Amino acid sequence: MREDAHTLTTTAMSSDQGHPVDVQQVPLLSLREVTKSFFGVTVLHGVSFDLQPGEVLGLVGQNGSGKSTTMNILGGVHQRDSGEIVIGGTHYRPRVPRDAEDAGIAFIQQELNIFANLSVQENLLMGRFPKLGRWLPVISFRRLRERARQLLAAVDLQVSPHASASTLSPGERQLLEIAKALSLNAKIIIFDEPTTSLTSRESERLFALIGRLRHQGIGIIYISHLLADVVRLADQIVVLRDGHVVRRGPKAAMTVDDLVTAMVGRSIEALFPNRSRRGATGATVLEVERVSQPGIVRNVSFSVAEGEIVGIAGLMGSGRTELARILFGLDPFESGRVAVTGRPFAKPEPRACIAGGMAFLTEDRRHEGLMMEGSVAANLELAALPEHARGISRLIDDRRLRQRMSAIKEQLDIKSGDLRTTPVKTLSGGNQQKVVIGKWLLRQPKLFILDEPTRGLDVGAKQEVNKAIVQLADAGTAVLMISSELEELIGMCDRVLVMNRGEVGRTIERSAFEREAILKAAMWKGIGT
Amino acid sequence: MTHSQAPVAALLTVYVIGVAVFVPQILSWQTLRDVVIAMLPLLVAVIGETFVLIVAGIDLSMTAVMGMGSVVAASIMTGTGGYLAGNPLAVPVGILVFVGVGLLVGVFNGICVARLRMPAFMVSLATMMFVGGLAVWYTSWHTRSVSISNLPELFRRIGYGTVFGMPIAFLLAVAVSLIAHSVLSRTLLGRWLYAVGRNEKAARISGVPVERVVTMAFVISGLCAALAAVIYTSRVETGTPVLAQNLLLDIIGAAVIGGVSLFGGQGTVMAALTGVLFLTVLDKGLQLLGLSLFMVLAVKGSVILLAAVLDVARQRLSESR
Repeated sequence: MREDAHTLTTTAMSSDQGHPVDVQQVPLLSLREVTKSFFGVTVLHGVSFDLQPGEVLGLVGQNGSGKSTTMNILGGVHQRDSGEIVIGGTHYRPRVPRDAEDAGIAFIQQELNIFANLSVQENLLMGRFPKLGRWLPVISFRRLRERARQLLAAVDLQVSPHASASTLSPGERQLLEIAKALSLNAKIIIFDEPTTSLTSRESERLFALIGRLRHQGIGIIYISHLLADVVRLADQIVVLRDGHVVRRGPKAAMTVDDLVTAMVGRSIEALFPNRSRRGATGATVLEVERVSQPGIVRNVSFSVAEGEIVGIAGLMGSGRTELARILFGLDPFESGRVAVTGRPFAKPEPRACIAGGMAFLTEDRRHEGLMMEGSVAANLELAALPEHARGISRLIDDRRLRQRMSAIKEQLDIKSGDLRTTPVKTLSGGNQQKVVIGKWLLRQPKLFILDEPTRGLDVGAKQEVNKAIVQLADAGTAVLMISSELEELIGMCDRVLVMNRGEVGRTIERSAFEREAILKAAMWKGIGT
Repeated sequence: MTHSQAPVAALLTVYVIGVAVFVPQILSWQTLRDVVIAMLPLLVAVIGETFVLIVAGIDLSMTAVMGMGSVVAASIMTGTGGYLAGNPLAVPVGILVFVGVGLLVGVFNGICVARLRMPAFMVSLATMMFVGGLAVWYTSWHTRSVSISNLPELFRRIGYGTVFGMPIAFLLAVAVSLIAHSVLSRTLLGRWLYAVGRNEKAARISGVPVERVVTMAFVISGLCAALAAVIYTSRVETGTPVLAQNLLLDIIGAAVIGGVSLFGGQGTVMAALTGVLFLTVLDKGLQLLGLSLFMVLAVKGSVILLAAVLDVARQRLSESR
């Protein structure tokens, strides 16, 4: 993967692809074999790429491919384990985010760092207010206003410097962030999913601005799930998968299809357990009919039967997690009907849903799935406690509970010491997730909703969790699983619903599974509408 | 939870030995009896507070409940102008009144915190002010004196009397401890209390009726306050609105010293007992050393503050892991 490694001594090179500016050819930013691992799991395996002045570099990859880690290393949030980063000819090893700022790197993030209660000008020059005099530490509002005006003009943002930042639209706030970056003399601006909260007009405006920034010789890294945008904007594209750079090259050589293929990779079958039989083995368990909640989900209908694993694909924000929470009674819905084993939802609240035979593994294991301070047993027993309580004093039948928990521990192969004394936080992520699954297995659910069951787990743990899910389905439980990883959905599911902007755009049967089709359906704006 | 009590027990031993160097009297049976007698009502109250602390709440209204129960029950039982003066039912009804006041305030606190999602601190602070004020008003409405005395002999015996050679107050405290211990460790409610305190969201998603559980914690706290008030009132032999005026910090402090966390999810009857024992012995030792009341308060305050600091540190440590 080092075929086009620039060395720092290379100076003369012809300007490729008609760069708008012809500056010196030392790359603005150069990463060489950067590696990083967390808790023994390697997440970056030698990432290398160069960014030239005035160039837009598109960085794409699935969730967990290493994009965020790479950016966090650049931003001084994490420190690399090995490898080299050079900015403008000097070695770069940031310790804190402030180091990145000093080196001329600016991040425009999904969650913007705007103080909504302050004015536009205060946001722009926060911490660097012009003073009346060197020995007079009083803010000069006249100079503050002038400087703010210049910066706002540079990004073509037409608001008053005095306006409160809370009155700005998401697009305007983003421009404000960019203006802030310019005020810090940023040479490299990194955009992380910049268009997710923008209207299409605001996006166009942003793209035009990115074009102007290029002409000023600023290097831009553009990260996005929307591949069409990346192909349109970027001069060079880098594709990450599982911490490797799997493709890198000028945009001209790549299409959206190429990118999808590169992102997805080709090693699915080995990762997923074989299922003895596939598809429904019994009656319908979950029926969802035309469920709508304004702004969240629209007109969602589908059903899941005994023994079936149905997947939900979709990007973050597509309404998939929200749908799961509605089905489990955690969030309300305005219209439509949900029935479990033929009986409509009595009350939309978790207790009623659990009584009706539902189980729910949330995407946030640490905050919603487990009591991290509790023991493994305290977590395992939680949902099944009422059925083990005897008599009027509701005394817990600990003996029977312990037997059943041991059986579950065996069945799921939970690696833990004594259940009563081992704190659940000392288990590995995969075993913690198995505890959450085990908690629900004790209730023998008819329907199990799993939201990102393998997120954040390493490959081995993923396999084990998936094995447990298949076991469930084989035993006749209806399974509804949400995942950001298409391989997982393809490997596990009988049917995949593709969600996009709150709607189920397409339903893809197993026979028609194709990674690219699902990914495209989820990634392209407007599919299914 | 035994690991959190061992250091406190060790500290207590060191303290007692240290005091004994100056005042050997602390190692006498008399002192031990004084300490046990003094700690009984406090223990009952601290056990109640423990239930609320476990669900990550706090009940500041306990002392006000004690004062209110004390005056209302006394106004019924007293021989001078009592509503049931001389009636054989006076004492049972009086005790029911204590319990009733505790239940009422407990239910009110619980509903405000659980259903209306108000901060427990604010709710119980407000009920403390309200009920405390009401108790003073009730006293002045009932009598021209600042307290209600002349309580029946039967009631006064609760504080110092004995049955089968055992002090009644001691039996009552032991009963409350045993019941509370089995509720916490062996019943559905107990498991639910810890679950809510450890992670309310996870508990709700796992089907725990969070509102009901939180309300129950406050009700139990109110009940314990009522029982503690019965013992205190019979000991001072008067119904007074300022019955437990300076006790609030002792109650919460003892719980925290014993290892009940202010952040919820942690606490046992053993912890409550340890904390109460520590605080009572500390108090006794300082008295024996001849320190002034103000010095005693200052030392107690520092110890409680230290315990709270340790609680925060422990919480940080476990979060960072």
